[in-house]
Amino acid sequence: MKKTELIMGMPITVEFANKSATRHFKTVFDYFKEVDLRYSTYKTDSEITQINNGLPKSKWSSEMKTVIALCEQTRKETSGYFNIRHNGKLDPSGLVKGWAIANAAGLLQENKVSNFCIEAGGDVQVNGTDSDHRSWTVGIRNPFNIEEIIKVLAITSEGVATSGTYIRGQHIYDPHRPKRTLTRVKSLTVIGQNIYEADRFATAAFAMGEAGIKFIESIPNLEAYMVTDDKMATYTSGFERYAANV
Amino acid sequence: MKKYVLGIAVGLIFLAYTTVLRHQHSEPVLAPTTLGQNNSTNQSASTTANSTTSTPTTTNSAATAQYRDGTFTGSVENAYYGNVQVSATIQGGKITNIDFLQSPDENPNSIYVNQQADPYLKQEAIKAQSSNVSTVSGATFTSSAFIQSLTSALSQATQS
Repeated sequence: MKKTELIMGMPITVEFANKSATRHFKTVFDYFKEVDLRYSTYKTDSEITQINNGLPKSKWSSEMKTVIALCEQTRKETSGYFNIRHNGKLDPSGLVKGWAIANAAGLLQENKVSNFCIEAGGDVQVNGTDSDHRSWTVGIRNPFNIEEIIKVLAITSEGVATSGTYIRGQHIYDPHRPKRTLTRVKSLTVIGQNIYEADRFATAAFAMGEAGIKFIESIPNLEAYMVTDDKMATYTSGFERYAANV
Repeated sequence: MKKYVLGIAVGLIFLAYTTVLRHQHSEPVLAPTTLGQNNSTNQSASTTANSTTSTPTTTNSAATAQYRDGTFTGSVENAYYGNVQVSATIQGGKITNIDFLQSPDENPNSIYVNQQADPYLKQEAIKAQSSNVSTVSGATFTSSAFIQSLTSALSQATQS
């Protein structure tokens, strides 16, 4: 039982292994719509837009204060690579997506739904098993051909997030800075105990370039799979336990 | 409404753009004319945008005459690990080039990385796998920032 809606500018897909859970499609999608209303920097009446227009901190919702504090914590944990301040404005959307998926998963568990898969814009959180009572399988997209997958993960409670630059392509000529070196890292997939952890560290580690995978290696409970422009993959020491035999 | 339709048009151009990239096995330089001329998807995008604009600037083809000629700089969009900004060049009503003025490659900070992590990393060549999966994990960030910046560049090209 699978359903997709377009929210927060991206397709969000929820799959339940059991028919009895389908009434909770609405629970999940309503939650994402609420998050969008509060955190969308493209909506003129969202709380984050009001904050960027000068709403004093004393009037921020407590949830917003929590999210901004989580962003600040992530900034410190990643030596500043994760930063939501751009041109004097706050944009927490790099954290909100993973955070919202994790919260949606929490809502399902509160409602006694234990076998589900939520995917939002390429970020995934699973729990339990699929309708065949097997581990959920998550393909890692080939950054050189977005219609292919290059790895299959079999997981039952983890989150998976990928950062990358598929769209720009490696060799698009930049006439303004023709001599600069373009990044070698095409995509970086991170597996964490939940999507919140996986997503925020994938975002920050990707910004570190090739050092990103070493950064992930150094953090307990995170594994990563990095694809570089030589069509090689580099992966962390504990990654293989999540790889499915295909 | 106009903005909405323009958004759809940009989305279609974007699809055409990714289609072009997908067929480039050896990753050649993006030819300056690919976006404007060689792709049927882009033609339909042009038609969509054309229906929202009452002042076509050229008359040789109804499907490709909706943009003013010139180079238009898009907004700076946050791709979370850096900014994306594009400029679109229009010639004869067609997009003939898209340049990246900013892209998230440059790292503002340095980071201490434990060199001891190195020996634990493993490598393999990537290869396509054919397998049914529940879902797929892939990147979206740069692409959405790209669309936002290009939309903003093209909205300038449609202002008369």
